Amino acid sequence: MSRIGEVFKNTKAFIPFITCGDPDLATTKKCVLEMAENGADIIELGIPFSDPTAEGPVIQEANLRALSGGVTTDKIFDLVRDIRKETDIPLVFMTYANVVFSYGTEKFLSICKDIGVDGLILPDLPFEEKEEFYIPCKKLNIDLISLIAPTSEGRIADIAREAEGFLYIVSSLGVTGMRSNISTDLDAMVKLVRKNTDIPCAIGFGISNPQQASKMAQISDGAIIGSAIVKIIAEHGTASPKYVGEFVKSIKEAL
Amino acid sequence: MDRSKKRGRFGIHGGQYIPETLMNAVIELEKAYDHYKNDPEFNRELSTLFNEYAGRPSRLYFAKRMTEDLGGAKIYLKREDFNHTGAHKINNVLGQALLAKKMGKTRLIAETGAGQHGVATATAAALMDMECVVFMGEEDTKRQALNVYRMKLLGSEVVPVKTGTATLKDAVSEAMREWTSRIADTHYCLGSVMGPHPFPTIVRDFQAVISKEIRTQIMEKEGRLPDAVIACVGGGSNAIGSFYHFIEDEGVALIGCEAAGRGIDTFETAATINTGRLGIFHGMKSYFCQDEYGQIAPVYSISAGLDYPGVGPEHANLHDTGRAEYVPVTDEEAVEAFEYLAKTEGIIPAIESAHAIAHAMKLAPGLDRNKIIVITVSGRGDKDCAAIARYRGEEIYE
Repeated sequence: MSRIGEVFKNTKAFIPFITCGDPDLATTKKCVLEMAENGADIIELGIPFSDPTAEGPVIQEANLRALSGGVTTDKIFDLVRDIRKETDIPLVFMTYANVVFSYGTEKFLSICKDIGVDGLILPDLPFEEKEEFYIPCKKLNIDLISLIAPTSEGRIADIAREAEGFLYIVSSLGVTGMRSNISTDLDAMVKLVRKNTDIPCAIGFGISNPQQASKMAQISDGAIIGSAIVKIIAEHGTASPKYVGEFVKSIKEAL
Repeated sequence: MDRSKKRGRFGIHGGQYIPETLMNAVIELEKAYDHYKNDPEFNRELSTLFNEYAGRPSRLYFAKRMTEDLGGAKIYLKREDFNHTGAHKINNVLGQALLAKKMGKTRLIAETGAGQHGVATATAAALMDMECVVFMGEEDTKRQALNVYRMKLLGSEVVPVKTGTATLKDAVSEAMREWTSRIADTHYCLGSVMGPHPFPTIVRDFQAVISKEIRTQIMEKEGRLPDAVIACVGGGSNAIGSFYHFIEDEGVALIGCEAAGRGIDTFETAATINTGRLGIFHGMKSYFCQDEYGQIAPVYSISAGLDYPGVGPEHANLHDTGRAEYVPVTDEEAVEAFEYLAKTEGIIPAIESAHAIAHAMKLAPGLDRNKIIVITVSGRGDKDCAAIARYRGEEIYE
């Protein structure tokens, strides 16, 4: 079992997301360490992309802020090297297929391996196109994390059978962002997943407070929160690590 | 799910790089299209719409004065500018709207750059009594204010997209995001031969009427196939439509004209095949203008319709195999061709189409008089007059 899989053995996992380099890499590092210290179980590190088609406005803007600050994939690799000196929390890169492909998929993944990145999430890589990334990931024991959406009817069994690390269950239609109400029948989705795999599943998209997170973690094995954290960083800028830490703590305590 | 046969590939290009949320929607679309493309009733309805509503077949016009003036190859113009709504865009839109209607969809969404595809989609939506929302970069809503008004007049909602560079690529991204949030009643009426499979194939098939007609018309007029077919390429829908029925005819040169903007040695260009490299974006693997880290580059062209950082996957493959040639044409060359065609033939072409005219002006004089060139005039140029006047220093606004 991978380091990511291990996490779910004893706990409901909380998986916070952060866009690297928003507003700068030093702040990202401090936020990541605060998250780790306050109970995060796995951290999703977003490598910004110029045109993030699966993101709502909050993370779109974070991507643009980071890129206009001069962040690059190589600088983010350096950030991870730096973070790894202080924590061994499982780390997952979340970015778009072109960022990896354009860097050279094998080169990108071998650096991930070297610096201690445990998994990769590519929201624009469905089951049908997975192979060219999955094969090199498998070779290096990097978990390529699959997503299941409310519209995945008839596809869940196939996706679940090949899933690695954890399954990312997309709670609602649409893009990332906070929602006051999540209406998808997630119970039924998770049951279908369980029929086909033992892999843990975590629910993301639209979760923004302890009550929602707790509810999602009861249905599944964990909760993923992105936009709500990115919004804190947008508000507090370089002063955000403290607030991010407090937020992470409040979520973890609710799970 | 069967991964053994690569779906929607043109060589190494194409594919379906989209969020899981949209996968069943594109699969449903593919199934519906596979059914209806061979359905006689569907084809009868579409052909009636083409002929009675859009005004097809469009003329293949012998440009006598231009031919004489350039003093080389015989030049024919395929007059897609004669179509209803003034461009080739209506061919694809009527096809997709009819398909969407058969699929039980009641709402169309679309992206638009210059506004031509948006106007065409709004038109089809009005005709077929469907709801319509068009996403348009905020920059483009300013550059093409008249088209924004047209779409509203036709009953559509126009959403200005403020993210990123606020141009065509951002409009595509936003339309994709919208589709992710509302699939059940909504069809994404994509405007070019790009995006995830099956769009590049569907759009190409609906635009292929252009080359089908050229073939018949040139056989009637000349008794033989042309030596070259020339068209402008942004995403590449009028070009693939003009090329498609000639791909198997090795003797017919296929030439796509990309927007070089201020030149392919500058950063202000949109010439994807000439300056881009292989990547994955907007659902497809193809060539894209991008930086060394795969960030999509801001592109530039005087023509809002060619101002896109990627190119359709079938063009990328025609380039790889050498079957088609893709040449860059600058703003200045396109503007000169725009003015030239107006003065020589009394035809004001779209600034997009003027890129194809410009290349023909370079090519024709060096060819023998018994050679035949067909240029696709993809649209009419009324929409561009104010912008070209400003380019020439006259402060005219619509």
